[in-house]
Amino acid sequence: MSSSVYARIRNNPQFTELVKRRGRFVWFLSAIVFVVFYGFVMAVAFAPDLVAMQPFSGSHVTVGILAGLFQFIVFWVLTLIYVRRANGEFDALNKQIVAAAWEEGK
Amino acid sequence: MMRPTLLARLALAATSLLATSAIASDAISQTTKQAINLNAIGMFVVFVLLTLGITYWAASRTKSTADFYTAGGGITGFQNGLAIAGDYMSAATLLGLTAMMYTQGVDAYIYMIAFFVGWPVILFLMAERLRNLGKFTFADITSYRLNQGKVRTMAAVSSLIVVCFYLVAQMVGAGQLIKLLFGLDYGIALVLVGALMMVYVTFGGMVATTWVQIIKACMLLFGGTVVVVLALSQFGFSFEELSARAMSVHTLGAKLFAPGNLLAEPITAISLGLGLMFGTAGLPHILMRFFTVTDAKEARKSVLFASGIVAYFFNVVALMGLAAVIIVGQNPEFFEEGQIGGKIIGGGNMVAMHLAKAVGGDLLLGFLSAVAFATILAVVAGLALAGASAISHDIYSRVIKKGTASESAELRVSKFATIGLGLVAVVLGLAFEKMNVAFMVALAFGVAASANFPVLILSMYWKGLTTRGALAGGYLGLLSAVTLVVLSKSVWVAVFGYAEPIFPYTQPALFSMPVAFLAAFVVSMLDRSAEADAERQAFGDQYVRAQTGVGAATAAAH
Repeated sequence: MSSSVYARIRNNPQFTELVKRRGRFVWFLSAIVFVVFYGFVMAVAFAPDLVAMQPFSGSHVTVGILAGLFQFIVFWVLTLIYVRRANGEFDALNKQIVAAAWEEGK
Repeated sequence: MMRPTLLARLALAATSLLATSAIASDAISQTTKQAINLNAIGMFVVFVLLTLGITYWAASRTKSTADFYTAGGGITGFQNGLAIAGDYMSAATLLGLTAMMYTQGVDAYIYMIAFFVGWPVILFLMAERLRNLGKFTFADITSYRLNQGKVRTMAAVSSLIVVCFYLVAQMVGAGQLIKLLFGLDYGIALVLVGALMMVYVTFGGMVATTWVQIIKACMLLFGGTVVVVLALSQFGFSFEELSARAMSVHTLGAKLFAPGNLLAEPITAISLGLGLMFGTAGLPHILMRFFTVTDAKEARKSVLFASGIVAYFFNVVALMGLAAVIIVGQNPEFFEEGQIGGKIIGGGNMVAMHLAKAVGGDLLLGFLSAVAFATILAVVAGLALAGASAISHDIYSRVIKKGTASESAELRVSKFATIGLGLVAVVLGLAFEKMNVAFMVALAFGVAASANFPVLILSMYWKGLTTRGALAGGYLGLLSAVTLVVLSKSVWVAVFGYAEPIFPYTQPALFSMPVAFLAAFVVSMLDRSAEADAERQAFGDQYVRAQTGVGAATAAAH
């Protein structure tokens, strides 16, 4: 792989744009996962009574069970959201950038 | 610190559940050889014949090193997602986590989330860069712009440490489990597992290993789903009825759904969470799976499917454990001398098996036993392949031969390496039969999180990383992880027999990861050598390839 292709891609403002957009999205999603998960771990450690609360009268379901199920679902939905956007919007932009770099090199 | 020993014990139990070693450590005192189980053996023989048939087919497609290490890079995202799930969900997931839910209630559910949460993070931060930069092993990435010989050697050493400890832990667990489920001798069970693993990997390489993992994942999902549906039908498919009845008979009572001791102490909890999250992201056999797909797109899809399957299965396991509280826990048939609340026949880890028998008779029990055996085989095959590639691709081909080795020579070395690893695993498995091997899993995850992960992530994200920095971070991470595990309860107390551990937590990650990152950072910053400047310069091209996939290893043409 010639280094000049890499240099051309690096100088393409679209590349900077792609990296910026994807990077922001990735850190945003990761932050949600970290904050929710470690927030939950902290709640279990410091406020176990809150986690043991039964929010619905007549039901044994606790906040802990709901929070657990919520995390399984939401974290998976976040992966779905990321894969859709990365495989759609970001990959399309990526293709353009790569094609332009090869075109320029001809 | 309140109740330090109890906490340490609970956390230890939690860590050890990561692999079959939990079964091993639990089963060591309890395993008594069971009567030969014909249903189970019959179904297992079917599985073995099927996988051997696939290996025969795969052997004809395993000609190049790319075929051997990565199945030619032609696995689809869906297939790879199943295979990753098959690699990740060990027999301990099925047996250990069901047992944990049965005894500890919602604590087990919280623990499962910690076990799951690494996957979205791997997807967001690593999946596409892994695929775009790597070829056969993760050392391809860490040594991309750094000194090939030194950085690869380090990556191979820590890979082999992770693989060997994990492998031995699996083998010891396998021997105990098979003795229990199939009524076979420990030694025979070990030789059987070792021999099948060698056949799958040496003849079929990654193609056969992938299909063994896919079939096993499907069997596990099917078996678990059947058991849980049959079990729930006894409660009219009402979660409310199930939980009410479980609480009415469980010793924890209404506290069944309230957090107990597992995560009561924040440092243990965070260290465990970090170890699980980033340990997963540093396991060589998991990382290797990202190189088997065609491109970054499929790599992302792999994680989507894998995490969906893992999340689904954890919820199935949680329901199984809960249903077992009533179905198994209230049936004298499953207790020694018929004493409800006494010792469970075969030990705590047999809860899932007893549940299968109670809801589906001997046939379902046989099926689930075969699933457990298949699970062990799939996991050890993946480990052996990862270990063999570290020896043949990293050490032999790149470090010793400096890239001049012919493909056929490299392939031959990788096959000998597989056989060597298989022999080591069987011999060490026999040697460790009577020992508590829980520490091996703590060590494998600790080293993966503290030596492999920091160098890998820095090499992909930080321009400033130099060879010296990578070596300092990797080796110090390795050293601190190993030292802390040795000083922790699982070795200091359980193996050496001292009364109190020097390091009070089970997972070293919270302490050893910062050591690795700090060392890599400081040493890289202070590195003023000419090589270091060239390495920083080379980051630009690597960065473009990581982001765009230009120049990435492509699927081999067939």
